[in-house]
Amino acid sequence: MLEDVFRDQWGRVLATLVGILGDIELAEDAAQEAFALASERWPRDGEPDNPTAWLITTARNRAIDRLRRDRTLARKTEQMGRELRDRPEDTMDDTTKLPDERLELLFACCHPALALEAQVALTLRTLGGLSTDDVAAAFLVPFETMSKRLSRAKRKIRAAGIPFAVPPAHVLPERLDAVLAVIYLVFNQGWGAGRVDLATEAIRLGQVLATLMPDESEVLALLALMLLNDSRRHARMRDDEIVLLDDQDRSLWNEQQIADGRSLLERATALRGSGPYVLQAAIADLHIRQPRDWEQIALLYGELGRITRSPVVELNRAIAVGEIAGPDAALELLEALDLGDYRYFHSTRADVLRRLGRDDEARLAYGRALELTAAGPEQRFLAMRVAELLPPGDRE
Amino acid sequence: MKYALLNYSKGAASGERGARDMHPGIAAVLDRPDVSGWVRLQPAESATTVTLEGRTTLLTDGPFVDSKEFLGGFIMIEADNLDEALAVAAELQALDVTAAIEVRPVFEQELGGA
Repeated sequence: MLEDVFRDQWGRVLATLVGILGDIELAEDAAQEAFALASERWPRDGEPDNPTAWLITTARNRAIDRLRRDRTLARKTEQMGRELRDRPEDTMDDTTKLPDERLELLFACCHPALALEAQVALTLRTLGGLSTDDVAAAFLVPFETMSKRLSRAKRKIRAAGIPFAVPPAHVLPERLDAVLAVIYLVFNQGWGAGRVDLATEAIRLGQVLATLMPDESEVLALLALMLLNDSRRHARMRDDEIVLLDDQDRSLWNEQQIADGRSLLERATALRGSGPYVLQAAIADLHIRQPRDWEQIALLYGELGRITRSPVVELNRAIAVGEIAGPDAALELLEALDLGDYRYFHSTRADVLRRLGRDDEARLAYGRALELTAAGPEQRFLAMRVAELLPPGDRE
Repeated sequence: MKYALLNYSKGAASGERGARDMHPGIAAVLDRPDVSGWVRLQPAESATTVTLEGRTTLLTDGPFVDSKEFLGGFIMIEADNLDEALAVAAELQALDVTAAIEVRPVFEQELGGA
């Protein structure tokens, strides 16, 4: 229970501390001490009226004590300690007076001067409140590796002078893109190999961002997209096997997530948003409506492809076109794509060839897709399709 | 903070480089108040790279990075943060004179004997 409170408070508390102390590492140590103290005192003395303010004040005071003690620190830091001490205590009593600086922290963590994997790890650690151990587990790397990655990123922020600020308007769109990309990457890492559910973490981050930037259509659309996709997670697999969208048990879909996703998408389009996340959310929405409006889906993929110039988007458009104009039309679009190492290219092409009755070619294409697919449900699904293509005599 | 913008020049290092006029766009940036110093380097062929192999100092003729680009000079600027420094670098890079610009924060403390 207390752990949940801590998870919710961590990003908020840490961001304010970074704002005060000017350093992530220092803020993290101070926050950790405050949370440790809280887990000792709250169960005994009861939760304070304003937990956030209590945690921030306690952490701040700890940090000042530490700065006072630590005589090896530079003069500049001591001066900062003095300035902090001189601040009146009462500014900390009321959360409404405490600045919410999670956006500043998010933009610092997702700064393009950091490597992408460092951005992702740092965001999950600082704003997501995951422990280093959990972040390491989520990305299947040893604790030591993740710990080094995080330390290095924090050093770079300090040494290179990466600002703790929301970027000015002229660079905001590209910097916001970087933040959105980090969150979406976390989402697409899948449903937690182990104890950490990254899709849920990404949705949490998306919700924080949507609260802080309620007028950015792409922010709302990314959250909508994640919710709409996540709503079907329990229907996607049955007995460890893949269930295609049309065969899914709709009673397993999360209606609340779908409703939330749709209302966010409506807000995004009301803001006249037409960016890549708005388009993707709109497509995700169309996919779960019945009957599926393939014309509209193909149109939106066309628009998305125009913006992103991504051959993967064109691949998806080919599937939609195939539903409207038949497998011949889909194949024509597919043959123009240069996606030789992408397994879904081969499985899609195989599927189209199968529908055209070109079984030998289909079998070869499925084989290529199989080669590119790791063992698991997806591989079993493809193997099943290949088996269906074998002449009856060859089946077991 | 102080930043060094390391300008990587395009193409082969020409012996006549020093005699050539500086690109007017770069000259204009060098005159600005946020630029605290700059150095235009002699051609890369004049460089000697010092490395250490075990305990022996090795001297190698030529610049450290053995590629088409070479370090042509650097500009020292004063900026509030990395974003401001990157903006100056982007502005210079947009002139399409340099192959790349590396932005390096500079240690601010006084060195012994300085």
